[in-house]
Amino acid sequence: MKEIVVISGKGGTGKTSITASFAMLGGQDVVVADCDVDAADMHLLMAPDFGFTEGFYSGEVAVIDQSNCVLCGICLKKCRFDAISVIKKQFVIDPLSCEGCGYCSRICPAKTIINKKRLAGKWFISQIKTGSVMVHASLGIGADNSGKLVAKVKNEAKEIALEERKDFILVDGSPGVGCPVVSSLSGANFVVLVTEPTVSGLHDLKRVYELVKKFHIKSGCIINKYDINPDKTGEILQFLEENDIAHIASLPYDENFTRAMVQGQTVIEYSNGKLTEILAESWGKIKQLTTN
Amino acid sequence: MKIAFTSTGTTWDSMIDPRFGRTENILLFDEETKELTVVSNDDIKNEAHGAGTATAQKIFDLSPDVLITGNGPGETAEKALKNMKMQICVGANDMTVFQAYDLYKGGKLKVL
Amino acid sequence: MTERNTMKIAIASGKGGTGKTTLSTNLAAYIAEREDVVLVDLDVEEPNAGLFFKGELTHEEEIYKMIPSWDESRCSQCGICAKVCNYHAVIKLGESVIVFPELCHSCYACSELCPENALPVIRKKQGTLREFSNQKLKLVESRLDIGEEQAVPAIAKTKKNVSSRHGGMRYAIFDCPPGTSCPVIEAVKDADIVILVTESTPFGLHDLKLAVGTVRELRKPFGVVVNRFGIGNDDVITYCREQNIPLLATIPNNRKIAEMYSIGELVYRHFHEVGEVMEHIVNYCINIVAEKPA
Repeated sequence: MKEIVVISGKGGTGKTSITASFAMLGGQDVVVADCDVDAADMHLLMAPDFGFTEGFYSGEVAVIDQSNCVLCGICLKKCRFDAISVIKKQFVIDPLSCEGCGYCSRICPAKTIINKKRLAGKWFISQIKTGSVMVHASLGIGADNSGKLVAKVKNEAKEIALEERKDFILVDGSPGVGCPVVSSLSGANFVVLVTEPTVSGLHDLKRVYELVKKFHIKSGCIINKYDINPDKTGEILQFLEENDIAHIASLPYDENFTRAMVQGQTVIEYSNGKLTEILAESWGKIKQLTTN
Repeated sequence: MKIAFTSTGTTWDSMIDPRFGRTENILLFDEETKELTVVSNDDIKNEAHGAGTATAQKIFDLSPDVLITGNGPGETAEKALKNMKMQICVGANDMTVFQAYDLYKGGKLKVL
Repeated sequence: MTERNTMKIAIASGKGGTGKTTLSTNLAAYIAEREDVVLVDLDVEEPNAGLFFKGELTHEEEIYKMIPSWDESRCSQCGICAKVCNYHAVIKLGESVIVFPELCHSCYACSELCPENALPVIRKKQGTLREFSNQKLKLVESRLDIGEEQAVPAIAKTKKNVSSRHGGMRYAIFDCPPGTSCPVIEAVKDADIVILVTESTPFGLHDLKLAVGTVRELRKPFGVVVNRFGIGNDDVITYCREQNIPLLATIPNNRKIAEMYSIGELVYRHFHEVGEVMEHIVNYCINIVAEKPA
């Protein structure tokens, strides 16, 4: 069982639309994991049934029990996150700013600050339109995107893939270069980097590749909307060659991606044109590169 | 010698847990007394942060000579474990604790 | 001029790639034609605003976070430090206390509760802050080192730096990271007004709703700009109307605009309608801030 992770560094390159296309092409061979938990969008294309839901608890949040508070103000003085303030003569903790360090509850002389487990989001197991399974999640507002929810989604997907003897796990990874991306990458057998030929796209591709290098994972690149800027595409191709990154495909700018999305479809279902052809070829190449 | 295993269950027939920080259980086998002790990792495996370092602390308190696991500790936990005089063996994925012990005795597990 | 007079405009979005940086850079450049403005790139994981400006490097400093450092000579082995750390960033292995900087949230609990003062806090470099100047525009960019995972302290430090060095500026524009998790909260929480950028597609609408939820929790006045308008459908417009959300502007889906952006050009200089959008946004912000109760 092999794990393929799709990341992009920069948002808006088409990562999710492309991953969804691969999920369609992979069909029953694939368990899908949507690890882009801060702004999960795969479910808009894969028609999941949300068969199983569970709350996701991560970290803690402090709450002051006003009935025993002696108004000494020590908590406010000690809090490093500016989470405590005085509102209508009461000391109040702002849950959005509280980082759950527990310091205030430890030093409260009245022992009136409680630490509650923080409901940080929800995760789901769904059957999707290909008949296969997708594990996905949504992170709550202001939650600590520490990578733990990403890890949860991946591990659940792995267990299911092992049980059902699936060939691949296909992961829609997180954007950026922080904890959630690190979590998305750990355990991957192959990384697909999706980029676009713009100054921002190339800049972010280079940064996220620094991270990929640390993990020593084989990788390949898809250049989306390549015809917007052939010169920049050339620069990207050169970067790929210099760094031994396989060039999987260059996709032309095609509004069918969006038209399909509006219908709740992947571009594979929507149209049978050039884009679908290149994506099918790409999926074949990725499978090959992953298993060799 | 004392051997520690990361395990999904509580017996020799349980599968090795490939994870370190968020392993379900730690099994400790004392080769001299032939005793198998089970230490649950319930309290740590759901921590938001630092599961690796917290589990490393637990392992330290058990003072095994060898740790057998699947994928191996993450970067942070590995740094913690380096402070211990303990051999870490990885690659015991998809097998029972008993099978892992067998492979270890045959020198067939990769040492970190 | 006191710091209170600076108009702080945060540019955010639920979804990445909708055009936050396009808007923030163009807005900053537009304002800089007449007035002093500081553009702050708070997307510390992938700072891109600087790609659109050429300017003189006028300031550089290290961004650091505070972490505890073990002073073995003072340690009494009591183990309180490991007990009070909620993140397992400080552990006691036998007689050694080990600190894990990547897990530390800088709460100071271990350091301040240590009875022997054996864990003083020290600086740990997280990244670099750079400031560039181009006439009336100052660009402050913070960049996390690869491997550093906590954006929140870096964002907080950057905002402090801007307050102290540029407190007198009339305008401050914050280019925020995408999403709704804690780095975004940190980036947006001091703003006077938030502009949410989205695109007229199902992904754009879905993620806009998440972003709207966030700014409403923070009780910030906000408006929406729809980019690449014309692609997809009108659902975003309908949503804004139904929710009574000010729709500040739409920027048309135009391949030429995309091409300009791709080479790092400021599109408002080449497209009249985009320039008008900038004018409209500035006026809107001035009105909102003027209406705010003191």
